[in-house]
Amino acid sequence: MLSVQHVTKVYDGTVRALEDVTFDVSKGQFLAVIGLSGSGKSTLLRCINRLIDPTAGRIVFDGVDVTAANEAELRRIRRRIGMVFQHFNLVHRSSVLTNVLSGRLGYVNPALSIINRFPAEDVHKARLQLERVGLADKASNRADELSGGQQQRVGIARALMQDPDMILADEPVASLDPVLAHSIMQYLEQINHEDGVTVLCSLHFLDLVHRYANRAIALNQGRLVFDGPPDEIDDQRFKEIYGKEAERVG
Amino acid sequence: MNKASPLKSLRLGLFVLAALVIYAYGFQVTDVNLDEIQSETRQTRLARIIRALFRPDLFEYEHEEFQVNTPISVPCPAGGVLPTPRPTAGEPYLVLTPPCADPRAEVTVEGFNFEPNTVGPLNFIPPSGVSLTMANVETDSDGHFAISARLPNRPSEEVQTIRAITRRNVGAPMWSQNARDTWSKIIETVFLALLATTLATILAVPISFFAARNLMRDVTTSLASTALAILAWPAGILIGASVAGWVGQASRMLTASLAIHVGAIIVGPLLIWGAARWAVPPEERRVPTIWLRLARQAALLVAVVISVLALFLVAQLASDLGAALRDRLGALGFLGEFFADLGDIVSLLIVPIAALAAGAVVGSLASRLGQMLNEHASGGLWYTLHFGLGILGGTVLGLLIGGAIGWLYEISDPVFTRALPAALGGLGGLALAVRTHAGRPVAIGLTIYYLTRTILNALRSIEALIVALVMVVWVGLGPFAGALALALHSIAAGSKLYSEQVESIMPGPLEAIKATGATRLQTIIYAVIPQIIPPYISFTMYRWDINVRMSTIIGFVGGGGIGFLLQQNMNLLDYRGASAQILAIAIVVATMDYISSRLRERAI
Repeated sequence: MLSVQHVTKVYDGTVRALEDVTFDVSKGQFLAVIGLSGSGKSTLLRCINRLIDPTAGRIVFDGVDVTAANEAELRRIRRRIGMVFQHFNLVHRSSVLTNVLSGRLGYVNPALSIINRFPAEDVHKARLQLERVGLADKASNRADELSGGQQQRVGIARALMQDPDMILADEPVASLDPVLAHSIMQYLEQINHEDGVTVLCSLHFLDLVHRYANRAIALNQGRLVFDGPPDEIDDQRFKEIYGKEAERVG
Repeated sequence: MNKASPLKSLRLGLFVLAALVIYAYGFQVTDVNLDEIQSETRQTRLARIIRALFRPDLFEYEHEEFQVNTPISVPCPAGGVLPTPRPTAGEPYLVLTPPCADPRAEVTVEGFNFEPNTVGPLNFIPPSGVSLTMANVETDSDGHFAISARLPNRPSEEVQTIRAITRRNVGAPMWSQNARDTWSKIIETVFLALLATTLATILAVPISFFAARNLMRDVTTSLASTALAILAWPAGILIGASVAGWVGQASRMLTASLAIHVGAIIVGPLLIWGAARWAVPPEERRVPTIWLRLARQAALLVAVVISVLALFLVAQLASDLGAALRDRLGALGFLGEFFADLGDIVSLLIVPIAALAAGAVVGSLASRLGQMLNEHASGGLWYTLHFGLGILGGTVLGLLIGGAIGWLYEISDPVFTRALPAALGGLGGLALAVRTHAGRPVAIGLTIYYLTRTILNALRSIEALIVALVMVVWVGLGPFAGALALALHSIAAGSKLYSEQVESIMPGPLEAIKATGATRLQTIIYAVIPQIIPPYISFTMYRWDINVRMSTIIGFVGGGGIGFLLQQNMNLLDYRGASAQILAIAIVVATMDYISSRLRERAI
């Protein structure tokens, strides 16, 4: 499904954010990406849909070379990869429905979407997705009127509008309290199980990794230091991933 | 670290010394003169102006005039002084001390029983009957005044007269002529500023996107595609202009009969709608075949040509209708005039806009072709295209710039307008071709960004006052010249402010929309525009406010508006008149501030 081959990212010629990272993801996996802040998790996820251009290496998604794609091809790849963000990244002043509909932008006709016209079946679908995340009554509210947990659910609905084959979730629960964190993770789990969508999710808390992921990779200063099932992360591995002084919490 | 080192104190000492010198020089060149401002004449003059400014000339009354005369001999006659007439009880009278005097002597004039709290002139009436003002008098609450004044140099054998005139206001206050003029000019000013701001905003909003670094940074393209776009733009502009011109000619055949004219306006949009409906499908999962895409482009092209025709027809209709209405609507005739003007503006603008649009379309098609060539060509062919198109593009750009220089400086020598620019351009293209390769494309976005910024900065540093001088030459004296000058300045200033707002939007939503596979334009519409609406509204209101204030200066050079009146009153030293205009500007600015804060509250 996804193959990341020797990917390196160097910012401004000096900061080495990713160093020769290689791994494969097969269809239907729930892959957790762990590591300290600044270890390159966000950069890795953004390299996959080329929100950030990798400096070297190759990324192949479903048989298509992402790194070599031109603009039109890249858009067709991006529309099949949903993305969920730590800070939700909703457009605050737009309505919830418009935020969800914007997930269709890769599919709809650009000329019509400019005047905010979406096909009727897309609007219907957007309402179904909002119902699925329990926000059907909030469709016409402004996005910034919603609480953090609700905003992240809108973010998930937006990603689902893309009919994605894969979802990239960049610290989706880091800005939320533990109860909300579980509810958001359960939505991702549900999408993974029921719709068969591959999920790549960067996470901070190991208990979330154990509870939801069926595979984990760990980054330390841009290098891949672990790749395997979450159960294998024992104290020894933990110190390798997070450094010698680190202590386990939660 | 915190130890006081001698070097540090020395540096501080030098810094203080340098600051001293700088301010001393500043005082010298600004001519700071404290003796002059303390002199008594200056201070009384200042006080007079300040008092006048606080008493705007707004109201006037019907007057009732009282005249009181007293005889005087200038110089004192040999036979002794005339007896002063005895005052009648209750009637106003004047007392002179001394009762006679030499020319230019100082006399004291006292008035009794006058109307309390009134003002008026004290005149000297020689035998010829003219009035020579000696002073102005002001009565106190008892109707009394005392003033010493100098007699004029009018010696005469005859008895002359000193006359005190006081005026009493009667009836209700009325707006003075000055107040009525101020009203009509402030209205003119507000609308002049509104037109300038509207025109400027329409143009500044799209320009501001080109001047926003965060949007332009990532736009790169291959050299072949840039070069092809440079080649295609002028061609597109020519094609657009000639097609639009031809359509304009054709439209005249349809306007001969009103029925055909109106019919065409109804049928045209239907055709356009049909063509657009077919050529712009709402959603597509599969990439359409090349033939289908070509057919769609052709249909759109036909739709565009019909739209241009329809625009011509609508403009012509508006123009005719407006002209007919203007003569029949009486007081609302300006509405007809407005329609006629709108029609004329549209027909004037169709050709240049069509030319620019065609340039953009042909340019972007060529750029896409270049991108395709860049991707599919390899090896020698790629190098041939890369270098060949790079040099060709550079040459054409050089020729275009050479043509502009030739026009500007009226050079006709082809060496300077053709050969040299072409050679330099070609060399530039070659240098660029050497520097760029597949992994390092042309940063066209940043180039456009810097170009836009430079032009805007240059435009912004030209004061609206100077632009107004040029506009007065072009369109003649009056508010239209002022509106154009303010608009030009507002485009530059507005684009800068707007683009800085675009640069400070939250990057998160931008990233999220990009990640859905949206095109660049969709990203701007869905992630950028919602974020910039509140600051754009407040900046536009602020710009309007600035333009109202600027129009005072514009009026000084004949750009219409309230500035004309203000300058006139200042030149006549009528500070009370000027004060009314200043007050009007202050009221308008305060009102607009209130309205804009309310609008902002709603928009956030």
